[in-house]
Amino acid sequence: MTGTTTDNRRQSVRDEVRAWLEANWNPNLSLADWRNRLIDSGWGAPSWPRTWHGRDLPAAMEAVVAEEMRRIGAVSVARSGVRGLATATLLAHGDDVQKAKFLRRALTGEDNWCQLFSEPGSGSDLAGALTRAELIDGRWVINGQKVWTTSAHHADWGLLLARTDFDAPKHEGLSYFILGMRQAGVEVRPLKQMNGHASFNQVFFTDAEVPQAHLVGRLGEGWAVATTTLMHERRGADGLAAAGGKPVERQGPIYDEERAENAIAMEPYRWYPQRAGRVDLILERATATGKMHDPVVRQEIAKLLTLAKSAEWTARRARAAQAQGRAPGPEGSLGKLAASHVARAAAHVHTVIIGAEAMLTGEDAPLEGLISEILLSVPAGSIAGGTDEIQRNIIAERVLGMPKEPRSDNDRPFRDVPRNRA
Amino acid sequence: MQFSFTPEQTEFRSVLRRFLAEHSPPSTVRRHMESEAGWDREGWRALNTQLGLTGVHIPEEFGGQGFSFVELGLVLEEMGRALLCAPYFSTTVLAATAILNSGTDGQKTALLPSIALGECVATLAFTEPNGRWDLGGIETTATPLGGDRFKLEGVKSFVVDGHTADLIVAAARRPGSGGEDGLSLFTVEADAPGLTRQALKVLDPTRKLARLTFDRVEARLLGEAGAAAGPLTRTLTQAAACLANEMVGGAERLRQSALDYANLRVQFGRPIASFQSMKHKQADMLLEVQLAMSAAYAAASAAAEDDPELPAIAALAKAGASDAYMSTARHTIQIHGGAGFTWDNDTQLWFRRAKSSEVFLGDPAWHRELMLRGWGV
Repeated sequence: MTGTTTDNRRQSVRDEVRAWLEANWNPNLSLADWRNRLIDSGWGAPSWPRTWHGRDLPAAMEAVVAEEMRRIGAVSVARSGVRGLATATLLAHGDDVQKAKFLRRALTGEDNWCQLFSEPGSGSDLAGALTRAELIDGRWVINGQKVWTTSAHHADWGLLLARTDFDAPKHEGLSYFILGMRQAGVEVRPLKQMNGHASFNQVFFTDAEVPQAHLVGRLGEGWAVATTTLMHERRGADGLAAAGGKPVERQGPIYDEERAENAIAMEPYRWYPQRAGRVDLILERATATGKMHDPVVRQEIAKLLTLAKSAEWTARRARAAQAQGRAPGPEGSLGKLAASHVARAAAHVHTVIIGAEAMLTGEDAPLEGLISEILLSVPAGSIAGGTDEIQRNIIAERVLGMPKEPRSDNDRPFRDVPRNRA
Repeated sequence: MQFSFTPEQTEFRSVLRRFLAEHSPPSTVRRHMESEAGWDREGWRALNTQLGLTGVHIPEEFGGQGFSFVELGLVLEEMGRALLCAPYFSTTVLAATAILNSGTDGQKTALLPSIALGECVATLAFTEPNGRWDLGGIETTATPLGGDRFKLEGVKSFVVDGHTADLIVAAARRPGSGGEDGLSLFTVEADAPGLTRQALKVLDPTRKLARLTFDRVEARLLGEAGAAAGPLTRTLTQAAACLANEMVGGAERLRQSALDYANLRVQFGRPIASFQSMKHKQADMLLEVQLAMSAAYAAASAAAEDDPELPAIAALAKAGASDAYMSTARHTIQIHGGAGFTWDNDTQLWFRRAKSSEVFLGDPAWHRELMLRGWGV
């Protein structure tokens, strides 16, 4: 693919979407009306197939369409939360009935989704799920427990990974379901974290029910479907970082509706900047406390900046390679591991800067407790979304081509695999 | 700032890598290490007649190739990877850059073409026995003899290839001056009367160092008298960016060799590469080297664009590369086990270069401080 061909394509898509937006964007519509119109045109999800609300455009064109929407101030289809994972998974593995039932309502924002994968007994080892699905009288009956479920209390539907066969080997006894969250057999309880926030939930199933039509993919092939979801989860994190600014003043009822939707969706992520260590506050804090003159503190700050800047440039290299259409080099898989190093180093330097005040929290502590929130939030970064240890395994095996460790959980019925004691 | 290489630069790199693999295998490195000179004219000539490397960042008007610091950084990365024994850092990075930064057009025309051709091996005599890398450490004095002729008096140490260079660019100060004041650069011929050159016993014999004693040695002024502080600082900053690139090349070579060995070595009935302790170490090594590499590339790019942030970025890159190279060298020996500590295992050659480069041009702590000052912190 030559640069010119891509540029021409980009321009023609840009012209086309711009013309459509100029003719159709109307901030006086209700959010639902506007989104339905947008979805009908195919510009709401341009990389989706034409049969399903899209225009069959290459994924790279999504950015062009998004730019034009931002330029004119148009509200996009609903994107927040797990719905993107749900739609990507359904597009790849769902049947037509499922696509018809769920895709449009995900884009309009009428349905909210959550992801029911992790369990107390299977975190890094997701395929060790114990939640059980049994076919009784033509319906799947679900019993078990999930955890780390963001937004479960707002969700209408959950992407559920459950075990349908305990006698098959581990990865072959799993199936993938769409579970209705608003039913008596589902109980959602908030999970309070060590930093005091509750961004996640525990979800308990007691004879919860799923109709047979909500099995995604074939029985026993749930792991392959879950892998699709996980792949999009990793990819989604990249896209989020690239989002740009808003040149248009977003005032009016449709924007209020959009803001309300985002406020609910973003609530669990309020403390996420603190989880990343807030490198941006370091110099300001060191200056304000007078510690900028301490040669030991200066060295610690410089080490942190070296790490943070190098990580930023590494991400820029990865993006540059991607933009040129080259195969991603090793620099592309290192971001998550680098980020948890940066966060830890930042927490250390914040401590060095405030000294004794690191013993305080709330209004008695620096910045009304923000620093103590950093100190108590940073440990999450090296666990959530794949622990540092799992990241290292992935880098070693997929990037460096090192051999897998011999394992003892794949060659026997799952029933016989050692597991955590209840 | 440039975050990827052009197809031409990538092609240049692969030509270079093939050439150096052929001309600088570890057996050749070991032969040069054991000689007092540390390099030979024949190999040096090949480097320049076949690839024109000495003049890579020298403008075409002065006989060079006219490329930027990005290409120079790429050359150094490949040389660091191959552990090439040649007076390249001294001649091209230090001396030619100092002449470019401080010389008049007439002086550049007189001095640079023979350097670009590889006929003249040159170096920069800056540091003294006090081992300081800041300008205030210069004690050698220069007394005017009339016109552009001066008399140098003092001792320079840690001078790269100082005992084999044909031309020495030396920094000295007006008697009685201090700090950044009164500094000038001079050129001195290797056979100037009163100049004594003594090769030092070095920890890293792939980069030879010498002590030069100036006993009333006649020298010619390079650039403006008393105004060398700016050009010198700039030269050292650009050299730090170059050294960072050389270091990440060496670190990457070590990392790869450690990975190859872990895949080959069998213990407890399986390749040691299949143990998580080994995989995690390799992942960490990859991360460390890639981070340092990104900083080194950023520094080369900043030097090429003459970015106002270059002093900070070059210092950051030097500090980062120093730590990453040493840490990679340590891990590579560890992964090789007992064999890694033997004389015959090549890891020690890069370990020596890593240790010596860690402090060459100033240690990581010094560069971290320079970085903060560069950003006005």
